[in-house]
Amino acid sequence: MSWLRRSLFSRRKIYGELSEEIHAHIEEKTEQLMADGMPKKEAEAAARREFGNLTLMEEDGRDVWRWLSLENFLMDVRYGLRMLRSNPVFTVVGLLTIAIGIGANAAVFSVVNSVLLRPLNYPTSQELVFLHQVAPGAAGLADFQNGLLLSPSMYFAYSENNRTFSSIGVWDTGAASVTGVAEPEQVRVVTVSNGVLEALRVAPEAGRWLSAEDQEPRGPSRVMLSYGYWQRRFAGDRTMIGKNIQVDSQPLQIVGVMPKGFRFVDTDFDLIEAFKFDRAQQILAGFGLHGIARLKPGATIAQANADITRMLPIWMDSFSNGPGTNPHIYETWKITPMIRPLKAEVIGNVSEVLWVVMGTIGLVMLIACANVTNLLLVRVESRQQELAVRAALGAGWQRIVSGLLVESVMLGVMGGMIGVGLAYAGVRALVAFGPANLPRLSEIAIGGRTLIFAFAISVLSGLLFGLIPAFKYAGPRTTLELRSGGRTISVSRERHRARNLLVVGQVAMALVLLVSAGLMIRTFAALRTVDLGFTDALHLQVMRISIPHLLIAKPEQVTRTQQAILDKLSAIPGVKSAAFASEMPMEGFGAGWDCIFLEGVKYDPDVIPPLRYFKDVSPGFFQTSGARLVAGREMTWTEVYGARPVVLVSENLARELWGTPRAAVGKRIREFDSRPWSEVIGVVQDVRENGVQEIAPETVYWPTLMGMKYQLEAPVSLDAQRSVTFVIRSDRAGSASFLNEVRQAVWSVNSSLPLASVRTMEDVYAKSVARTSFTLVMLGIAGAMALALGIIGIYGVISFIVSQRRREIGIRLALGAQRRDVLEMVLSQGAKMTLAGVAIGIVAALALTRLMAGLLFGVTAYDPLTLGTVAVVLMIIALLACYIPARRATKVDPMVALRYE
Amino acid sequence: MSKEKQRDLFPGALEMMILRTLKRQPLHGYALVQHIKRNSDDLLQIEEGSLYPALQRLLKEELVKAEWGVSSTNRRVRIYKLTAAGAKHLEREVSRFERMLEGITRVLSPEES
Repeated sequence: MSWLRRSLFSRRKIYGELSEEIHAHIEEKTEQLMADGMPKKEAEAAARREFGNLTLMEEDGRDVWRWLSLENFLMDVRYGLRMLRSNPVFTVVGLLTIAIGIGANAAVFSVVNSVLLRPLNYPTSQELVFLHQVAPGAAGLADFQNGLLLSPSMYFAYSENNRTFSSIGVWDTGAASVTGVAEPEQVRVVTVSNGVLEALRVAPEAGRWLSAEDQEPRGPSRVMLSYGYWQRRFAGDRTMIGKNIQVDSQPLQIVGVMPKGFRFVDTDFDLIEAFKFDRAQQILAGFGLHGIARLKPGATIAQANADITRMLPIWMDSFSNGPGTNPHIYETWKITPMIRPLKAEVIGNVSEVLWVVMGTIGLVMLIACANVTNLLLVRVESRQQELAVRAALGAGWQRIVSGLLVESVMLGVMGGMIGVGLAYAGVRALVAFGPANLPRLSEIAIGGRTLIFAFAISVLSGLLFGLIPAFKYAGPRTTLELRSGGRTISVSRERHRARNLLVVGQVAMALVLLVSAGLMIRTFAALRTVDLGFTDALHLQVMRISIPHLLIAKPEQVTRTQQAILDKLSAIPGVKSAAFASEMPMEGFGAGWDCIFLEGVKYDPDVIPPLRYFKDVSPGFFQTSGARLVAGREMTWTEVYGARPVVLVSENLARELWGTPRAAVGKRIREFDSRPWSEVIGVVQDVRENGVQEIAPETVYWPTLMGMKYQLEAPVSLDAQRSVTFVIRSDRAGSASFLNEVRQAVWSVNSSLPLASVRTMEDVYAKSVARTSFTLVMLGIAGAMALALGIIGIYGVISFIVSQRRREIGIRLALGAQRRDVLEMVLSQGAKMTLAGVAIGIVAALALTRLMAGLLFGVTAYDPLTLGTVAVVLMIIALLACYIPARRATKVDPMVALRYE
Repeated sequence: MSKEKQRDLFPGALEMMILRTLKRQPLHGYALVQHIKRNSDDLLQIEEGSLYPALQRLLKEELVKAEWGVSSTNRRVRIYKLTAAGAKHLEREVSRFERMLEGITRVLSPEES
């Protein structure tokens, strides 16, 4: 680093030599002149005169050796720091404003970056795809968020015939109970086919992957553990590999452990089990599996879609739904592959929310910048004399501008540093309290990219709020201010224009943010009024209990056990009633669906009737959950144990099939020709099964104990729903003591039964609207910040104008103006700005809120009520903010104001 | 007081004259400026001090080098010498200047129809 050494160490020597040389020059010149006969004094003066400005020349000579721009910059930095220190109130207000703005931006950006921008945590994850399919021809399916899932036969057809995938597989999530160690425990299970782990390509931490041989229908059952479960249950003991654990009362051999941090697509899990499909037994139907694949290098999604389209006929030719059925019946479904990158599937519909939030937070930042600009404008105004002196002493205007910019950028960067600290705290809070359904939540962290982003917006905003004051006041005309210091001269209109425009902009932006927050509030209110199909969610305790086949084999015994549990639960003090069903609304376990046939209707064998949502319920379920019976009655235990063919239907289904709910009662339906006709004994109100915002599906409620469903072949054996959600209505729901009694009650019936997903329906509901509440909270915060900043902005400007016009107001009062007139004059100035801002804001809001239409429910983006309310409220608050300084203006004492000169 | 007018005709002119003068013989600062003034028949009003920043620039670009020595008046002075790079630079600058001068002269000369 020779240049550094030269510039730092030898520079002193260079300067010394230069100085010596210059003085020698003057001496020599003086001597010369004296030799020519000039007196000493005169000669010295003449020598200096001839030489020119000695100091300047010496400085110019030195400048040659300096890294000029850097040193000027450092000087500006030092000067800026001094200025910031000398004005602590300004500095603190400015810094806090910027810090909050940048902190919020950095926090939201880190979320956007972690969730939307960063690739998934798998090797070459861009090759991973989700096998999404739609079936527009399959009536009743259209509502399902997942499109048409894959059947096992589809998996076989695709994996055997594809040309575009390097591996392909299917998976599903579920639960199982692990027994044999301490208390029975319900664990989260992912069941995979061969090809899934190969596609994800994440090597095991210990042992090996599940492989093709583990899929053999009659082979031994094996299992992999998640890192977390391995640590929790076996303390990371490697000798556990090869040993057995009891899963659903069945011994499974542990073959491997997945590494730390491995998540299955976007789910946490404890165990990975293998499907054991018997290829020979597969039929076409059974669309319940998620398909995942890895594209061959270079293959595109379009090619993969074409590949699937090509394989669909192969699938229909290779399998059937049983003798006498037409396999090509599925052509009417118009099954179409819509393969998506796995990342898109993981992110889901949250990207819209995040971009909207990012946009609003960006707007808040702009408002904050406007405020700081205003502060700087005021400050530069009061520093005009100083700037004029600097200019008069020879500072170029570029130099003054750069000095001011360095100051504002420093303010930005310092604010940014505090802001990053705030962002750290904010992200921590977000991850801790964040919506559980925000995908990749565990991956959210502030990384390098966020820091770069924060730094960039710090500098940019510093430039942004520094440029306006710098160019306004440091332009090449500063002599005027030197004389006056802005004391006598009345304030020109032009001088306030920048500030007024900033305030108008702030009001407009605040209005946009408040309108979007208002729309979310309306959405939330609309969601709250939806008739969900259950009541008083806070007092509904739910939990899931599964009874494995190996624990209790006989279906009737399963139901008897469940009823025994109900009896014990009902005996707990404070319990009003208890019941169970295959699932509660919005739980998302994915119940079944199939078509039904009506008695006395002739069906075309080549058309599949619409698919209906199937649920199994216990007697008393609707009374417990709070769903209204529109007609008829609930089933009884006698009917259940007698396997009596009775059924309930939802109101929308009843209306569709028979016109009115009342007409439905007594009608008969069945699932297959081989089944007895079931009589409709009751009609239940529509239930929002798939979420508050999703329309209620047409539903059939079967008894929990009846002939096997979804299975065409005879003989029909009796079947009981083994995995059910128990629902208990009690004012004590959710309390620890209550849950303890619930557990004891269950275990008094069978001590091997674990309880899972223990929560209240309020939790389920909150999860279902989490996306909306998250958006609401974020927009609410942004709106509140915008409002606060906007109010501070308008207050500040009006105050400043009043203080500048003190003398003028004094003269007006002295000449006989009424205090009312003065008040009106100041208020009207504020009102003009606010009105302009509101008008611009309304136009902007109409244009921008369209972007969030997808997040709204029960309200349009152009909701006049929201727009009107926000506009009026904003105007009132803004006028109040003007009122305080306006009143101060009326208090001006004419004599004091005039004598002030 | 129109300082600018006296100081430099155009950027680089002073440097060129310094280099040209040093080409003839190594000189120290004072002698150098006297030499330039004399040779220009005092047509060019050069502030003597402006020589030094120019010399520093040339030193930095290594077009001249300096050594401490003793002047004819028995004073410790820095004597400047042209370097090889300086000689080359001078040649290039002079030819560029001549071209420029020619161009200017042609434009300024009375037009011939």
